[in-house]
Amino acid sequence: MQPKDSILMKVPALGLPALLLGTLLFFSMLMPGKFLSASTFESMAFQMPELGLLTLAMFLPFVSAGFNLAIIVTANLCSLLMAWMWVTFIPVDAGIALQLIWLVIGFASACVIALVIGGGIGAMVAYAGVHPTLTTLGVMTLIKGIGIAVTGGRPIRGMPPLIQFIGNGTVLGVPMPLVVFLVAAIITAVLLGRTQLGKHVYMSGSNINATYYSGVDTHKVLIAIYMYSSLMCVVAGLVMTARFNSANMGYGDSYLLLTVLAIIMGGADPNGGFGKVWGAVLALLVLQIISTGLNLYGVSPHISLAMWGVVLIFTLAIKYCNRRWYIPWVQRRQAERRVAVA
Amino acid sequence: MTTPESAVADPNLTARHEPRPDAPGQTAAAASPTRESIISLKSVSKRFGGNYALKDVDLELERGEVHCLCGANGCGKSTLAKVISGAYQPDRGASIRIGGQEHSELTPQESRAYGVQVIYQDLALFPNLTVYENIAFEYNLEGIGYYRKKRLRNKAKEILQELQFDIDLDDRVEELSIAQRQQVAICRALVADAKLVIMDEPTASLTRVEVNHLLDTVRYLKGKGIAIIFVNHRLDEVLEVSDRVTVIRDGVKVGTYPAKEMDKAKLTELITGRQIEFLKKTDRTATDKTVLEVREFTRKNQYHNVNFTLKEGEVLGICGLLGSGRTKLALSIFGMTRPDSGHMFVGGKPVTFKSQMDAIKAGVSYLSEDRLTLGLVQQQSVGDNMVLTVLDRLAGSFHLIDRRKRRSMVDEWVKRMDVKVANTDNPISTLSGGNQQKVALAKWILTNPKILILDSPTVGVDVGAKNSIYRLIHQLAADKIAVIIISDEVPEVYYNCDRILHFRQGTVAGEYFPDRISEHEFAEVIENG
Repeated sequence: MQPKDSILMKVPALGLPALLLGTLLFFSMLMPGKFLSASTFESMAFQMPELGLLTLAMFLPFVSAGFNLAIIVTANLCSLLMAWMWVTFIPVDAGIALQLIWLVIGFASACVIALVIGGGIGAMVAYAGVHPTLTTLGVMTLIKGIGIAVTGGRPIRGMPPLIQFIGNGTVLGVPMPLVVFLVAAIITAVLLGRTQLGKHVYMSGSNINATYYSGVDTHKVLIAIYMYSSLMCVVAGLVMTARFNSANMGYGDSYLLLTVLAIIMGGADPNGGFGKVWGAVLALLVLQIISTGLNLYGVSPHISLAMWGVVLIFTLAIKYCNRRWYIPWVQRRQAERRVAVA
Repeated sequence: MTTPESAVADPNLTARHEPRPDAPGQTAAAASPTRESIISLKSVSKRFGGNYALKDVDLELERGEVHCLCGANGCGKSTLAKVISGAYQPDRGASIRIGGQEHSELTPQESRAYGVQVIYQDLALFPNLTVYENIAFEYNLEGIGYYRKKRLRNKAKEILQELQFDIDLDDRVEELSIAQRQQVAICRALVADAKLVIMDEPTASLTRVEVNHLLDTVRYLKGKGIAIIFVNHRLDEVLEVSDRVTVIRDGVKVGTYPAKEMDKAKLTELITGRQIEFLKKTDRTATDKTVLEVREFTRKNQYHNVNFTLKEGEVLGICGLLGSGRTKLALSIFGMTRPDSGHMFVGGKPVTFKSQMDAIKAGVSYLSEDRLTLGLVQQQSVGDNMVLTVLDRLAGSFHLIDRRKRRSMVDEWVKRMDVKVANTDNPISTLSGGNQQKVALAKWILTNPKILILDSPTVGVDVGAKNSIYRLIHQLAADKIAVIIISDEVPEVYYNCDRILHFRQGTVAGEYFPDRISEHEFAEVIENG
């Protein structure tokens, strides 16, 4: 009973995969033999997950028409806590088992902190009705201040081997950070697409009052959103600490708005209510290919940052053209065909 | 301001009310030469893609005429209004004669220059600006647009006084009631020197008293020689004030008729193309089992000392004007607000709902009166809206949503409720009002309620869909669900309820039984407050 939409209708969804292929082809032809190599992909696989995990942290708030400005500081605070615990409590000659126990203890404590932060943000947004941007701006400033005061702005260095393995090791040739990122991305995708909570997130993102009137406890939904977001920050913090072999309050500041860039490029609606995880993952891949490719070609990283901006604007322009001309054209075509049949 | 009596006493008016010679189905183009035509449309067609929204429509308007464009949702009446206002350009072959000039299409600028003003349903005001700024906004644009506050204020004051509207010049528009906002929009049209005012569903969100006030204003404008087009699908007001009625069905003009020859049944028939009579609910569905009892419910400034009971399978009407506290009461029964004092019993057991979640669990559901912002999530899909209340029932392995279960539930209820939808993944905003309401109803019936509260269930719903909603209500009652219909439409409660509570000033003012009182008598009771 459901008439199939014409295939033409689905073409816009192919834009991002096409862009991905396009950039791959471009750099392969620009640097034949040099770009398409195992080492290129390995370096990409090590670099992408940091921004990727932070993007996942931003994703749920963004889809719920909110924002979490506190993701970077939450990640840093949690990684500082974990790093401090590992450096302090794991003896230099500790065995794998002891390291693993402390890894779990450290990670769990960081999760507790994150849940407190996320729960606090969610409660402020849900019950006090403060706009998420303002709430998280406050929380961001607060945590950053506390973090710098406690550490004096100095990093904590020298992680045990097991932690370093998470940042730099490989499993069956796949870099650990990528494994962590992919697992987190799949969990997030399933959470959003296939669970009750996920549906509630999308619905509240479009119209929180109508969702509330439908008997959904949107207060709990908001709290869950910011708690999940903060948990993703812990994972991001773990990967960052492991990769840099240190933790610091100032890491990753520039990532904050880049996460939004990736999410919007991945097709999420800035007004909330719409957005798919796989879109953001594809967008992250495109961005990573561009920066790695330009880096290999010897271009300054600042230029590759500028290129990211160009790609985002290009994506938005395409999206506009689709909405303005392509979709109406397809609809006209379909309608004419229906008339012809009738 | 002219009163209804004096308007009827106007000799020009009574002359126009005399039956016209032209038979129904013909256009009234054969107007006598003494009458001055304001606008004349000939063979206007408008296609969207391959679908005709309008096909070969003619329309003629005279100076000072109140003309009603009637039709079901999506029949093309709004499209026709937009062709006149220049928002849409008609297909080739159309001719629009306005201000003595012949056009094949109008731009919005041309249309305004000829004195066409549109008062949209959302009124298109600036909520954060003051009343006078809104009224005299365009006045300010003359010349280089230098902002002269005093000049604006004087102009706005003049118009407000002329129309005898009691609004403070310096109030911000967002603080006004809907009726007052509409008055501001009317003032703005007058400042722009309107010759033809198009009002899109102007009575949709007004109470009876406010509607009467609006009709007085319309009569005054008419006296000034301003022609008015009402785009409407609520039928009562249409007849009261119009000179002529044009009915459009599926993009084709059915005919133009003198309003005087029309009555509600006839108009309904013309609009739907079939004879529809409201079926009076006659079968006794109520049992002796009391499912809901409300005792001494009081909430400050909203309602006080409300007492009533509701039986299984009974349809209870709560009839009262907007602002009488009826919706506030419903929200308390639904657990969204808590009464200051009073008790509630569901199935004989005392209950205190902490939230609507508790209420739904106890079998109480509430269909909001505001489908656009509270009843449905307009941007999201038909399917997602429908299953929103029962997502927990769709859980499969690992508590994940079972897509097959979801699909079959959505398909089943689309069929059962007879929702006209091409693809349930489309946003629900693409559906007509009636189909949207059917989805909203499905969403609540899916929760298996024992008590279903329907707040203004047929607002913005066309006549055909209205009837199927009424039939559904009768079916629900037969299935032993207790239904409460909250409404200010007298026929709606009169024909569908076993018992009606008259709600006034926050409390129950009387109890009526449709089988013991005539519709007319009951209408008197409600309208006299």
